[in-house]
Amino acid sequence: MTGPARDPKSPSMPKAADTLLPPAFRDWFAARGWEPRAHQLALLEAADRNASALLVAPTGAGKTLAGFLPSLTKLARKRNRRGLHTLYLSPLKALAVDIARNLEAPVREMNLPIRIETRTGDTSAHKKARQKTSPPDILLTTPEQLSLLLSHKDADEFFGTLDTIILDELHALVTSKRGDLLSLALSRLWALAPQARMVGLSATVREPETLARFLVPQDGVTPQAEIVTVKGGARPRIGIMETARALPLAGHTALAAMGEIYHAIEAHKLSLVFVNTRMQAEFVFQELWRINEQALPIGLHHGSLDASQRRKVEAAMSAGQLRAVVCTSTLDLGIDWGDVDCVINVGAPKGASRLMQRIGRANHRLDEPSKAILVPANRFEILECRAALDAVEEAAQDTPDPRIGALDVLAQHILGLACAAPFDADALFAEITHAQPYETLTRARFDAVLDFVATGGYALKNYDRFARIRQGADGRWRVSNPRMAQQYRMNIGTIIEATMLKVRLGRMVKGTDTLRGGRILGEVEDYFAETLAPGDTFIFAGEVLRFEGIATNEVIVTRSKPGTDPKIPSWAGGKFPLSTFLAARVRAMIAATAEWKKLPKQASDWLAMQQKKSLLPPRDKLLVETYPRGNRYYCVIYSFEGRLAHQTLGMLLTRRLERLRLKPLGFVCNDYALAIWGMSNLSTAIATGRLDLDALFARDMLGDDLEEWLDESALMKRTFRNCAIISGLTPRRFPGDEKTGRQMTISTDLIYDVLRRHQPDHILLQAAREDAATGLLDLKRLSDMLARVEGKILHKPLDRVSPLAISVMLEIGREAIYGEAADTILEEAEAALMDEALA
Amino acid sequence: MSIADDMMRTETVIALGGVDFIADVSGALFEPETRMLIVADCHFEKGSALTRRGHVLPPFDTRDTLIRLEALTRRFRPRAIVSLGDGFHDRAAALRLSDDDVARLSALGRVADLIWIAGNHDPEPVTNLPGTSVMELALGGIMLRHEPGGAGDYEIAGHLHPAAKIAGRGRALRRRCFVSDGRRCILPAFGAYTGGLNILDDAFTPYLTRETWRIHALGRDRLYGIAPALLLGD
Repeated sequence: MTGPARDPKSPSMPKAADTLLPPAFRDWFAARGWEPRAHQLALLEAADRNASALLVAPTGAGKTLAGFLPSLTKLARKRNRRGLHTLYLSPLKALAVDIARNLEAPVREMNLPIRIETRTGDTSAHKKARQKTSPPDILLTTPEQLSLLLSHKDADEFFGTLDTIILDELHALVTSKRGDLLSLALSRLWALAPQARMVGLSATVREPETLARFLVPQDGVTPQAEIVTVKGGARPRIGIMETARALPLAGHTALAAMGEIYHAIEAHKLSLVFVNTRMQAEFVFQELWRINEQALPIGLHHGSLDASQRRKVEAAMSAGQLRAVVCTSTLDLGIDWGDVDCVINVGAPKGASRLMQRIGRANHRLDEPSKAILVPANRFEILECRAALDAVEEAAQDTPDPRIGALDVLAQHILGLACAAPFDADALFAEITHAQPYETLTRARFDAVLDFVATGGYALKNYDRFARIRQGADGRWRVSNPRMAQQYRMNIGTIIEATMLKVRLGRMVKGTDTLRGGRILGEVEDYFAETLAPGDTFIFAGEVLRFEGIATNEVIVTRSKPGTDPKIPSWAGGKFPLSTFLAARVRAMIAATAEWKKLPKQASDWLAMQQKKSLLPPRDKLLVETYPRGNRYYCVIYSFEGRLAHQTLGMLLTRRLERLRLKPLGFVCNDYALAIWGMSNLSTAIATGRLDLDALFARDMLGDDLEEWLDESALMKRTFRNCAIISGLTPRRFPGDEKTGRQMTISTDLIYDVLRRHQPDHILLQAAREDAATGLLDLKRLSDMLARVEGKILHKPLDRVSPLAISVMLEIGREAIYGEAADTILEEAEAALMDEALA
Repeated sequence: MSIADDMMRTETVIALGGVDFIADVSGALFEPETRMLIVADCHFEKGSALTRRGHVLPPFDTRDTLIRLEALTRRFRPRAIVSLGDGFHDRAAALRLSDDDVARLSALGRVADLIWIAGNHDPEPVTNLPGTSVMELALGGIMLRHEPGGAGDYEIAGHLHPAAKIAGRGRALRRRCFVSDGRRCILPAFGAYTGGLNILDDAFTPYLTRETWRIHALGRDRLYGIAPALLLGD
């Protein structure tokens, strides 16, 4: 949290401050030469009227202090009150801890009788117990901890005294299942503490009204939260890095720009180098050190690194010992680690809001401009960076649509409530539909989820005797045995990490060939470990490591010889697909030839070449190119809908082409386009009418074709797995559980197969399908696009690959192609056996 | 017969002690002379067993396994169906069967002799279902039993749930498999809720000679021979 900035121009404290701020606070502000800002007073004033409020402000506006001031002033006035007064929720436990530390300063300096505490996964059991018997005035915690507290028997007493609930970084919280979980917890808090006032803190978003609806009960009688908006602040100074070396047409390594990035680090005190994936972070870190002739202290920070290593980097940042940190979104959200004066974003930012958030890391003060440099990694990314930059200059934001609450999260919530106290289904249904994500939930679906929580909701068997919750004679539902509370607590949360394996550095014991375990370097996803064979090398924790094997759930590695080339794992470019908002801007930029002069020459030349050799993808039409190459025929579709939607489209189009006997062989995609190739001449097929493009792209592909593919899809299985864990169908796996795994748990893939064969309309399968549609498949976006391009397909037959097409063609070989290829892999393994036999 | 000849056939043959068995893509083994169909590790009622521990799993696993067994019965018309141990997930599993599943088992019992070999999960004789319970079974010189490593020159066993892991096209793949070395054949688990154990795991070492072993992985439509050199550990 940052205090309000000095503003010498402002004549004196506004009148309102006299009445809104108690003398001690006025003195405290004055002693620092500070003045309360207008939005801080606006929030005090709203609190006076007991009105809920959403504060929308850019980073550095003193948002957090604004959120807490009303609570601090109220608590300063009141003597001898008991019980929890203010609950603060943040998406990151580190943020909660950081804010608590920063709040301590004014409380200490004004000598206020206020107890402030945090409660996170790291809080000791002893302290947690004490907090329940003697609650602090202000508790800072996370959504998961809130749900846990609500599942305790005395939740009504604990929260009954609440006066204020503050939600920080609300824009980041509401976009995921965590937001659903939080909304459900709020619906309960509104019932337990109807007097409580809500305060939301958010970065700038496009539609604050939508966000504000999350904040208060959507019950038709509670007034909507008031919106307080802080404009602008100093405009950030953002530039796109010009590279001496020409950028490649595809790829995400930004290798060509590494020298320039290094120079930028040299020119600043502390730079944050943001990348989109952990693997990219490793790569950039490695490359920077390769050219680090001055041995500048450059650190690395991402979610896979061991917590102690991350803490070390954070401490070094705060202490000013580092010149740069290469990091992923782990440093996105509002924590102040040091005096960052330059943000370097490697690769395209994928969304304007994310970019703003990252830029906000530099110069965490409202009145000074942040400095940021965007580093495109390929030529398409030049366009994307330009679009993001224009968006930031117009302060335009790509706020995601509000969510429809997920059913698996609802199941988790219902079990948690039953652990706390018996509930009445009618009352609970009403309570839940007050939460914005669940306001459209039907009673039938609610009942189906309730049935699932109770006995699984299966058609076949009577599972009453295994029921987890039961309806008593009084009609209320309660847990069938106390063990359920334990099960619920083990399973809480919506974040399903891929199973992670610890990476341990081993050393050869001298004179033998045995390995001795050394220190832990961090964690990798098990699916990554699964692809490694002993002897493979990869970059991790900034070093090239050699994979030796897996022993008791740890990946054992050794340091490889200096100069070894790592077998870099294939990373899927940006983890986040390009936002619809930026996609539209990129498309518009390509079509607006007059605007090209704003682009670096290598980009405008490339577009001019496309215009000459083929066509530019128009704004309102879908360009489809077909051309032969080698003994294959290609079809490139410029849909600009992001990687996820393109993958789905690719799967569906290849199925259709196959049915038309046009022999597709595979497809690849990036965020901008999709290429399909095969054995049949598609140009001819279109010319002769054998292939009708309008029919090929007809919206009905989202019907049966989709269903058929989805059922077998690995994406669907992964989605189902998450739903199964969140809903409590299967236990969360903890490190060490799978050691003897054979009989302990059942793979969710097996459960999925059995369930869909025998009860395809089961509520959890419905939940998984809905998740897939908004998540990994991005169906909504695909269906919007198909509707938009209906009858507007522009076909351009070519005799060779076009300049734009090259960028997607280069993805071939990086990506798994055509379907899930399982049997193809088996076939290839068999061919190897044949070769062996015949050799 | 060379491996190449082997692969020309649409059905995969596993030879053991002079007898040619047909290995089926479902994970079952069929002996045409005696018309004996062998399945290992059905683990009936595994779902309900875990449900008792508080996670209410879909209860269709027994039905699913039986439907696949019925399909095999229609195709191979076996005289005997052998459960190679761990047919039931626990001692009480047979009592938890739904009426519908009992009816399916009874129907199977009317067209074939059901032989229940004891396993570590179901060591006691089955009493409420058709069929004969035995500790092990001799087929000529070949012993059929649940856990590998017993007496005799040739053996067919289950228990270990073999699975092969290979990588290709940027991803790893794990499939249940038959594994045999000419002296012994270990069947994949047949049950709907059964997992697999990597055949490179130490548990397999005492029972198979890696110099001569052959691995047949279960694909979608057929079995695939896997070159041992391509196997990945966990």
